[in-house]
Amino acid sequence: MPDSRRNIRLADGYRLQWEEAQQADVLLFPEGMVQLSSSAAAVLKQCGGNSAEEIVQALQAEFPDADLRDDVLEFIDEALTKGWIRGD
Amino acid sequence: MATDTGGPLWLLAELTYACPLQCPYCSNPLDFAAQGKELSTDEWKTVLRDARAMGALQLGFSGGEPLLRRDLEALVAEARRLGYYTNLITSGVGMDETRVAALKDAGLDHIQISFQASEAQLNDFIAGTAAFEHKLAMARAVKAHGYPMVLNAVLHRHNIDSIGDILDMALELQADYIELANTQYYGWAWHNRAELLPSREQLQNAQAVAEDYQRRAAAMKIYFVVPDYYSNRPKPCMQGWGRVFLTVAPDGTALPCQAARQLPGLQFPNVRDQSVRAIWKDSGAFNHFRGYAWMKSPCRNCPERERDFGGCRCQAYLLTGDAANADPVCDKSPEHGRILETVARAQGPRTPVREVPFVFRNTRNSKALCSR
Ligand code: SF4
Ligand code: SF4
Repeated sequence: MPDSRRNIRLADGYRLQWEEAQQADVLLFPEGMVQLSSSAAAVLKQCGGNSAEEIVQALQAEFPDADLRDDVLEFIDEALTKGWIRGD
Repeated sequence: MATDTGGPLWLLAELTYACPLQCPYCSNPLDFAAQGKELSTDEWKTVLRDARAMGALQLGFSGGEPLLRRDLEALVAEARRLGYYTNLITSGVGMDETRVAALKDAGLDHIQISFQASEAQLNDFIAGTAAFEHKLAMARAVKAHGYPMVLNAVLHRHNIDSIGDILDMALELQADYIELANTQYYGWAWHNRAELLPSREQLQNAQAVAEDYQRRAAAMKIYFVVPDYYSNRPKPCMQGWGRVFLTVAPDGTALPCQAARQLPGLQFPNVRDQSVRAIWKDSGAFNHFRGYAWMKSPCRNCPERERDFGGCRCQAYLLTGDAANADPVCDKSPEHGRILETVARAQGPRTPVREVPFVFRNTRNSKALCSR
């Protein structure tokens, strides 16, 4: 069943940035930060207004050898719950 | 001796000690009126650049009231260019819509506005000035300009019972976060502590209300910071001395924690004389309580020392007279009784707020206190 969530974007005040000193992407927000795994960062980089299906497709195109769908959708759920991203 | 350590992750830039408010729990030093000349714009830019080069990522502009610095927009722009996440910690006084927009253009990520209470009378009494309506307007402006809305209220004996009203106000403003921070007893708050510490019953009621809202108001994140006087283990203060946090005071004094200035026997370095790197890595003050070698019993042999680093050095100093002792909040500390005494005194009836002999944080009181 296709996932119907759309317009997924970083929440207000959240920023994603490569940190040279940590050799990792970090997610920055009011008075806090988390260092991201490379897979988490890959998903968040697609959160610029895409739908969940578009995010899955984009990542699937980037990593054609793996079946990513379930993991990606699960991460989107998690990030929505944590308030990192918003969707319609 | 230099200890091997990473760089700071957080930089707190206290731009000025000037403030139009007079909160009696202010964390600024009692003798703020006697401190040296403020750093210039260029000096601040050097600090920002040097700390960023060491990996600092979160930057708080605070004070006093940072909006009083006319170069705030320029400093925000420089910070953003360097890649910091920029937080402005403000009372909202001195702000208007034009400035909210100008700061957004400069790249400011987040504005935290502090409230003293949920209604004008108490708010303005505690703040020492009529500010409440303006704060409401500024909170709305912040949201309208696309910032996350983060509110902060410092809780104490005289406003903690209205925590529900504070949360309702935050909900009505559509805040994204609200931080309900129980007063920490340093600086002015230490001086006024007998009139600020809530009773156990007040605290328990407030905590229950906060938890209830946490369940019901899912869209708003609610942080409730418990006062450590009511705990039997200290907080891991600053996540360890000289490990993560760097504070630079208005006159350029570099501190491992914003309250550290009062600790005797330490020479805190100044960014006017040394680079941030040298201060962080090599200065005596930053190495003094790093690691575990400085610890005394009971911390020295305690299995929990890596969790709390022996607690707060300032609290150890203020309550036991020696900053190297265990934080007396810990019930393993032989001086824990001092906390219990203070707590016992707080269980009595509450004086009406207007009759409380608060020493308000203003220049006159600061000068009087430091001439003693
Ligand atoms: S706590 Fe109050 S008096 Fe102190 S700097 Fe903040 S607003 Fe000003
Ligand atoms: S004895 Fe020291 S290290 Fe151990 S829990 Fe207490 S404060 Fe922390």
